[in-house]
Amino acid sequence: MIASTWQWLTDPVNWSGPGSIPNQILTHLWYSAIALFVASLIAIPAGLAIGHTGRGRFFGVNLAAAARAIPSLGLLFLMVLWLFPKFSGSSGSAAFVVPSLIVLAVLAIPPILAGAYAGVEGVDPAARDAAKGMGMTGMQVLRRVEIPNAMPLIFSGFRSATLQVIATATLAAVVGADGLGRFLIDGQKIRDYPQMAGGSLVVAILALVVDLLLGTIQRYAVSPGLTGRRTSASRRGRSDGVSGSAESAGRSNTPLDVEISDPRRTVDSQPS
Amino acid sequence: MIVFDGVTKKYPDGTVAVHDLTLEAPTGKITVLVGPSGCGKTTSLRMVNRMIEPSSGTISLDGKDTGRMKASELRRGIGYVIQHAGLFPNRTVLDNVETVPRLVGMGKKETRDRAMQLLEQVGLGADYAKRYPSQLSGGQQQRVGVARALAADPPVMLMDEPFSAVDPVVRDQLQDEFLRLQDDLGKTIIFVTHDIDEAIKMGDQVAVMRVGGYLAQLAEPAYLLAHPVDDFVADFVGRDRGYRGLSFQAAPRLPLASERTITLGESARDVDDDWVLVVDGDNHPLGWVEPRRIDGEVTSERLHRGGTVARASGPLRAVLDAALSSPSRRGVVVDDSGALVGTVRPHEVLTAIEEAERPVVENPDNPGAPAA
Ligand SMILES: Nc1ncnc2c1ncn2[C@@H]1O[C@H](COP(=O)(O)OP(=O)(O)OP(=O)(O)O)[C@@H](O)[C@H]1O
Ligand SMILES: [Mg+2]
Repeated sequence: MIASTWQWLTDPVNWSGPGSIPNQILTHLWYSAIALFVASLIAIPAGLAIGHTGRGRFFGVNLAAAARAIPSLGLLFLMVLWLFPKFSGSSGSAAFVVPSLIVLAVLAIPPILAGAYAGVEGVDPAARDAAKGMGMTGMQVLRRVEIPNAMPLIFSGFRSATLQVIATATLAAVVGADGLGRFLIDGQKIRDYPQMAGGSLVVAILALVVDLLLGTIQRYAVSPGLTGRRTSASRRGRSDGVSGSAESAGRSNTPLDVEISDPRRTVDSQPS
Repeated sequence: MIVFDGVTKKYPDGTVAVHDLTLEAPTGKITVLVGPSGCGKTTSLRMVNRMIEPSSGTISLDGKDTGRMKASELRRGIGYVIQHAGLFPNRTVLDNVETVPRLVGMGKKETRDRAMQLLEQVGLGADYAKRYPSQLSGGQQQRVGVARALAADPPVMLMDEPFSAVDPVVRDQLQDEFLRLQDDLGKTIIFVTHDIDEAIKMGDQVAVMRVGGYLAQLAEPAYLLAHPVDDFVADFVGRDRGYRGLSFQAAPRLPLASERTITLGESARDVDDDWVLVVDGDNHPLGWVEPRRIDGEVTSERLHRGGTVARASGPLRAVLDAALSSPSRRGVVVDDSGALVGTVRPHEVLTAIEEAERPVVENPDNPGAPAA
């Protein structure tokens, strides 16, 4: 089994031409990227607004929780049934791709929303109070204080969403669209188990690589003051009784731990 | 000058946090609001920069009604220091201090120079500029908080228990440093604390508040200690107010006795006294020794360091303490340079206290009334 999977993965036939592994990876990434982009466009502003104003929290949290409970496969079929007639005029694949993208975006919204709102809500109230007290307007407080300090959790939510979307984008193949799911579906049809196993492996590796990439971007996008990464100059002088909270916050980059129902979660108390 | 005119704050839940407060915080002075927890100090303070809006009454700043100004404009002209500093964790110390100057559009170079100078002034050298708040101790964070509030050189400062989250030794240091800074800057300050000792130390005038948001008494510290207006204030001001009141009385001319001294390294053999004072080459007192318990030369380890030293120009409290704490019962008094002037005995200090004038009661019918 392992040997035949390896054989499938290394067979040059699978590495070139339409429907090859590289092509399907690109398609898979493309679908994921669009879905994540659309989801972020909705969830990040909404999350920031909820965190900043403290209003709409109940509504947002419950809506996101409900979205989590939707079975992706069921929603996919529903979308296809609903949208198929509307796309009948256009080129064939849009009728399957658009429903898939909607399903993926719905899947991505809850973790991104949770990250954004928990991140803003978790900003030290004293820092927020000071910002307002020194004359920042609401928008300035959001842009200069709340968002930068929410970055670790915003990233957390986004990475969590990314993993889920990449894993679930295989569903697109169920309704006939492309992506790495093809190998699973096509393999199953002809009982080609090495192809199925190989396809799954590629999905898993892709997810990990993308997460690693996002982790690297995060390192540069998040202030060292929040991650505990320090320049050597500042490390030298740091001898006097400082809590280690910044370090622990820095290491807790695990993307899957944004939990929407815990209002106490802050940047500092995130478990590592 | 900040003027509260009949200011009341009633929260939506019905709590009256501040009740008909009328108060003047004079220009260039520190006005302390002090009182037990929940008496409305923070609420009063935050109404000045409109972080909380008064329910009725007006607060004016140099004659202008703050209620008519734009809140963000008003706040940019007021330094604001809070208990836990509230530094921005994502910004370096320097960036934190530069926040307000950048907000009001001050030049880059000017901002940088001013921020560095302020950090220096609050006792944090250039080494600290590039650190992040999480790399500072609580006391250091508080210093940055003060520097940040001063950065745009606002004429008015609001400080809400700025030093209460640090240990007593650091607190004392921060208070002293801040008072020195204020001597140069002459800001108009409202300072909130629940600690009467801090109030007495920091305040040019002290407003004691009681729960319900009532102003119980407004007076200068010495007057407050000598003439609490009622049982509540008397109780709040505390037990050793007689002794603490001496802090505000300059030492009168005391009958100083000259003291026989030896320097470190000399032998104390031929001294005919139970205790002898040891000084260094500049005649600065180091401590006492008991000649009969020392053979040979006096070394630093043999010094009794229990006695405090008082400045001749300082308050009576320090002189009395020097006399009481000295093992020889002779209090060491020095001049402003720290050189020995002479010694004084406890009963001589007490006599001086008895002969000194009490603070004048302005209005005998109402002995706690504010000193006009
Ligand atoms: N947002 C609010 N809503 C309702 N009541 C409030 C609110 N903020 C404060 N209070 C109440 O108003 C009163 C005064 O509160 P305030 O914070 O001004 O007290 P304080 O003197 O600063 O006390 P502390 O020394 O404990 O800080 C308290 O009884 C408090 O419970
Ligand atoms: Mg308070």
